Amino acid sequence: MSAGHSTYTPKSGLGRWMDARLPLPRLVYDSFVAYPVPRNLNYAYTFGGILTLMLVAQIVTGIVLAMHYAANTEVAFNSVEKIMRDVNSGWLIRYLHSNGASMFFIAVYVHIFRGLYYGSYKAPRELLWILGCIIYLLMMATAFMGYVLPWGQMSFWGATVITGFFTAIPVVGDWIQQLLLGGFAVDNPTLNRFFSLHYLLPFMIAGVVVLHVWALHVTGQTNPTGIEVKQKTDTVAFTPYATVKDAFAMVVFLALFAYFVFYIPNFLGHPDNYIEADALKTPAHIVPEWYFLPFYAILRAITFNIGPIDSKLGGVLAMFGAIAVLFVVPWLDTSKVRSAVYRPWYKLFFWLFVINAIFLGWLGSRPAEGVYVAMAQGATLYYFAFFIVIMPVLGLVETPRRLPNSITEAVLEKKSAGVPATEQAKG
Amino acid sequence: MSATDSTEHTRRDFLYVATGVAGAVGAAGVAWPFIDQMQPDASTRALASIQVDVSGVEPGMSLTVKWRGRPVFIRNRTEKEIEEARAVALEDLKDPVARNANIPADAPATDIDRSAGEGKENWLVMVGVCTHLGCVPLGQAGDFGGWFCPCHGSHYDTAGRIRKGPAPENLAVPTFEFVSDTVIQVG
Repeated sequence: MSAGHSTYTPKSGLGRWMDARLPLPRLVYDSFVAYPVPRNLNYAYTFGGILTLMLVAQIVTGIVLAMHYAANTEVAFNSVEKIMRDVNSGWLIRYLHSNGASMFFIAVYVHIFRGLYYGSYKAPRELLWILGCIIYLLMMATAFMGYVLPWGQMSFWGATVITGFFTAIPVVGDWIQQLLLGGFAVDNPTLNRFFSLHYLLPFMIAGVVVLHVWALHVTGQTNPTGIEVKQKTDTVAFTPYATVKDAFAMVVFLALFAYFVFYIPNFLGHPDNYIEADALKTPAHIVPEWYFLPFYAILRAITFNIGPIDSKLGGVLAMFGAIAVLFVVPWLDTSKVRSAVYRPWYKLFFWLFVINAIFLGWLGSRPAEGVYVAMAQGATLYYFAFFIVIMPVLGLVETPRRLPNSITEAVLEKKSAGVPATEQAKG
Repeated sequence: MSATDSTEHTRRDFLYVATGVAGAVGAAGVAWPFIDQMQPDASTRALASIQVDVSGVEPGMSLTVKWRGRPVFIRNRTEKEIEEARAVALEDLKDPVARNANIPADAPATDIDRSAGEGKENWLVMVGVCTHLGCVPLGQAGDFGGWFCPCHGSHYDTAGRIRKGPAPENLAVPTFEFVSDTVIQVG
């Protein structure tokens, strides 16, 4: 997308005619064919492509579902059952959509952890990272509102609890909650507006994805060494190399997706959501979808007042803070070295962070009582310490390993490991 | 007028400012209806009050009615429950305010101030929504024999006052009155 070094030459008359009027083929050629990518990208770098595929899949299945779904509290629950039982292939499309949301989040978590491991957020890619954080926020809003639409017990009470967060805000909290709900409790106006917004937000995500890819193509991709591209031998052409690698990863990912859809379609859901919403009866345990569990655990970990902030507001602030802190990661990490490959201490703390995040997710699925509360408090402390203490301090005290001079050198070093020196000279 | 002299006020400057101000006022004017439409609509607000016949509610029985889309607990308390609630010292309460819409906002959370008042202290009318995150507490459960919220473990006593757990306030007492000896109007 960066202009100035286009190598596109239209071959046909129609191509030349088009190129002089709307050079869209040139843009596609420069961005997805001739575009140079680092030659050492591994499979962790295929999740951007997988996420694009999942966004398209969710939009396509979602549009089809909207043709059969009715956003009215009287009929919403039954219209979903009608999709499952009466609509031709309706069961498949709904399971693709509901499991697709989970797959989308699996992919985005791998993508985010990849970025944290290889330091993809560091200059000059701060905006690229922030745009990614915005996409993640929009994804969470979309998924939350989508989960309300089947109008089951978890839909209803999940919506009640999550909109209840806003009542923690002093003075205007109740007004904001009523504005979101369109009433004094979750009811028909809530369902209507959530359906409208659930349809809108994926297209806003698509818009931010365009900016995200644009920013990516301005700075170029990072790679496992974290060293910038310096010479022509550091890169390969996007097509066929990256295209084929991305496509292969997509096929493997789709196989996993298909396993969930065809063999365990309700594994990630909650049985209570097959009971119609009842405003007078709360289920025994309200749990959000699995991809929100770590944040739910953080919300419930704050059981104590902090000065003038009561425990309720404190929990809500901690939960939103857990996402907000991601936005400033580029400025919290003080290390000059990008990749964890050359940062032994960061690598250790990074993997502890991953384990801690999964642990928080497990705690989010447990009841908030007894020893679980103390464990969630410890895990919450590490979550924030990783960003606010470990990231800035490590950059100052850690001695990184020797960096190779270029991507090419790093690749050749790896290939020649264990090969006699004479062989290396030939290579 | 010279092109370099920017301090002089011209008719063009006036047009810039006038257009800018008209645009800002216009944008705000158009934005408001789009925000306003999200507030509770007329039909939702019209459900503001309901009348409930409580003649069949004997001591120890409860009634749950729906008011503004939310449950309202109406309980005819037993002597034992009233005595338990009265025995609690005010300083043991997490929230010392009555949260009763029928009396002044700073009234203390004594049992009489939580109930329907003198002569009707057996009646307890509360919005059945946990003040933490809005779940419906279960009746006659929890460590204090009142209400227990299963979502995040808040315990309320027999006067609906928060005693333990993350909820910050006592269960709210809505505006209500006895329009006759056996009919309560909520709202």
